Amino acid sequence: MDLSLIIMQLLSGIALGAVLVITALGLTIVFGMLGVVNFAHGAMFMIGAYAGLYLASLTGSFWWGLLLAPILIGAFGMLIEFVLIRRLYGRSIDDPLLLTFGLSYVLVEGVRILFGSDGIPFPTPSQLIGVVDLGVGFFPRYRIFVIVMVAAVLVLLWLMLEKTRIGLIVRAGARDPVIMQVLGVDIGRVWLAIFGLGVALAALGGVLAGPMRSVNPEMGSLVLAEAFVVTVIGGLGSIPGAVVAGLLVGISISMVALVAPEMATIVMFALMAAVLLIRPQGLFNVRGRVA
Amino acid sequence: MQKAGSKPTELKISRRTALAGLSAGAMAVAMPRLGRAADDTVRIGFPTPLTGPFAAEARDQVKCAELAVKLVNDKGGIGGRKVELLVRDDKLNAGEAATRTLELIEKDKVHAVVGALSSAVQLAVNEVTRARGVIYVSISQSDTINEAKDFSKYTFHEALNPHMTTAAVAQHTFKKGMKVAHLVADYAYGHEMLRGFKRAQAAIGADSVGEILHPFGAADYSTFMPRLMSMRPDVLCISNFGRDQANAIKQAVDFGVKQQMKIVVPVLLHNQRLAVGADVFEGVVGGANYYWGLETQSKSAADFNGAFRAANGGAIPTDYGAYGYSGVASLLQAMQAAGGTDTDKVVDALEKLQYDLTKGPQHYRKCDHQSVQSVLVLESKKKSAMANDNDLFAILANDAGSEDMLRSCSELGHAT
Repeated sequence: MDLSLIIMQLLSGIALGAVLVITALGLTIVFGMLGVVNFAHGAMFMIGAYAGLYLASLTGSFWWGLLLAPILIGAFGMLIEFVLIRRLYGRSIDDPLLLTFGLSYVLVEGVRILFGSDGIPFPTPSQLIGVVDLGVGFFPRYRIFVIVMVAAVLVLLWLMLEKTRIGLIVRAGARDPVIMQVLGVDIGRVWLAIFGLGVALAALGGVLAGPMRSVNPEMGSLVLAEAFVVTVIGGLGSIPGAVVAGLLVGISISMVALVAPEMATIVMFALMAAVLLIRPQGLFNVRGRVA
Repeated sequence: MQKAGSKPTELKISRRTALAGLSAGAMAVAMPRLGRAADDTVRIGFPTPLTGPFAAEARDQVKCAELAVKLVNDKGGIGGRKVELLVRDDKLNAGEAATRTLELIEKDKVHAVVGALSSAVQLAVNEVTRARGVIYVSISQSDTINEAKDFSKYTFHEALNPHMTTAAVAQHTFKKGMKVAHLVADYAYGHEMLRGFKRAQAAIGADSVGEILHPFGAADYSTFMPRLMSMRPDVLCISNFGRDQANAIKQAVDFGVKQQMKIVVPVLLHNQRLAVGADVFEGVVGGANYYWGLETQSKSAADFNGAFRAANGGAIPTDYGAYGYSGVASLLQAMQAAGGTDTDKVVDALEKLQYDLTKGPQHYRKCDHQSVQSVLVLESKKKSAMANDNDLFAILANDAGSEDMLRSCSELGHAT
């Protein structure tokens, strides 16, 4: 098998992994900080894609959709936290899980009512149509953009969490919310913001995935399963875990597709099973957190 | 009912009494259904995947099946009996489809079943109907259902089969010495289409340069593209269905596949072309049972389109929708000819039926009950060539129906 094919395959895997990273990231942040398993994460991804498409057609530009949809859906996520999820803090982990599970059905049906259950086209922005000659082969320009975009979001997120005062509060809040309250920090507002951020990341993933897949009300369900697999492999609640595991899963799928394409979907679950057997807490579990 | 209510003063209700009460309650709920079974409506069961990746095609099937029922009811029904369509969601799952079909037969007492939209699911429906001796008109592609192993005298197949579809598509796209690569959904439909294409390839003298099986329902196909392109084929056959088709073609086009090779699909889907747009599908060639644009060359198509438009606010019927119409309408024509719903008489009438509902003459071949019908080969138009939003495809060929298109009865294992 020649080297250029392997390089191309690796690149496909990274692009695939980039979307997995961005979706798993939102899921893992919300779990890590709030202890909420957000089953509506896939639905948020889906409404993100619809919002992006709608805003792009309204403004005539993909870029406005890409910018505004995560903000809009993130704000919607904050509303959900404020009205519904907030009431369930301190209860068993199943309560918010069931709530968000039900919510995902409501959102999917809502989109079916508003936009119909058929897929709708999400055109690739004109600047990013076509392929780039990488010397070893041709690769879609849009997928390269997705890799760059996800990398940029990761850097921003890292800067925010590690270098700012807000980041410090967020990290401390994840460790010990009671002490934070004693110190006079309004932890409720932090959680509101974190939930909004998690949902905004899901929506961003949806907008980014839109031009690669057909946009339809069920597009989130598969994504939710993938995001869960990635977070379990990386360690529930771990941000570096989500990044490494997302790329690992993307590249594994791609490499397996090269030798045994019909196994491409299963490899992700095989990887998860292996991690659970050898290192049940995931590759990068946050220490000191009671799961 | 009596027993549960007989001890109203007793505080503690035993488990047994409660159970008896519950079952009596369930009986009462079921009563209207039992009552309905005794009336004289003609009931057609219609399992189809209203949810899942084929939902768009399934809903068109239902709309068209409802139209077929309405047209018959408007003319007084079958010998004065009203026709009723009982639609059930099979969720694209063989087990679900079998359960729903069994319910339709046992509880709703349907006189016949039409429907299913997956090669695997229709076989599950067929298992149930043939065991119960109920007529089943399948409206989804399958070769297996024609074969003696799965056949029964109650089984009819109104849809095209992969063999005839791929043969027609290959004839208009493959040439001797061409190199062909395949991307195939890893389940019955994909396998049957692949088998059909390879058989046609061998007959034409084209060569396979490779085949990749992909998991059913995959959202991402990018990982298959580098290898497909490294095979350097002249033609890429993508044999999958529903949203898989839309996603696979879209991502192939993103990778620049169309600059190097022609994309060919066994069945070019109206709804999926709408779902990803003209630019992506431009130049893709595939087969079809029906395309509304046939109305310029077929009076049956013009009539069918007209009736559908009138019932659906000016919308046009799609490919899989047309199956829903012809599947139900051909069955109702046979019931009319048989003068009722007696299964043996209707089977006999279906075997003798000559019908022309959507696109020209059709009949069910005696040995395997496969509908002999025309096959269209379509090419997706570029945006600038479209006269209006519905003007999606150009008709490259309209191969008239003939038994020569089908595998012979003896090849399928039927006694001849």
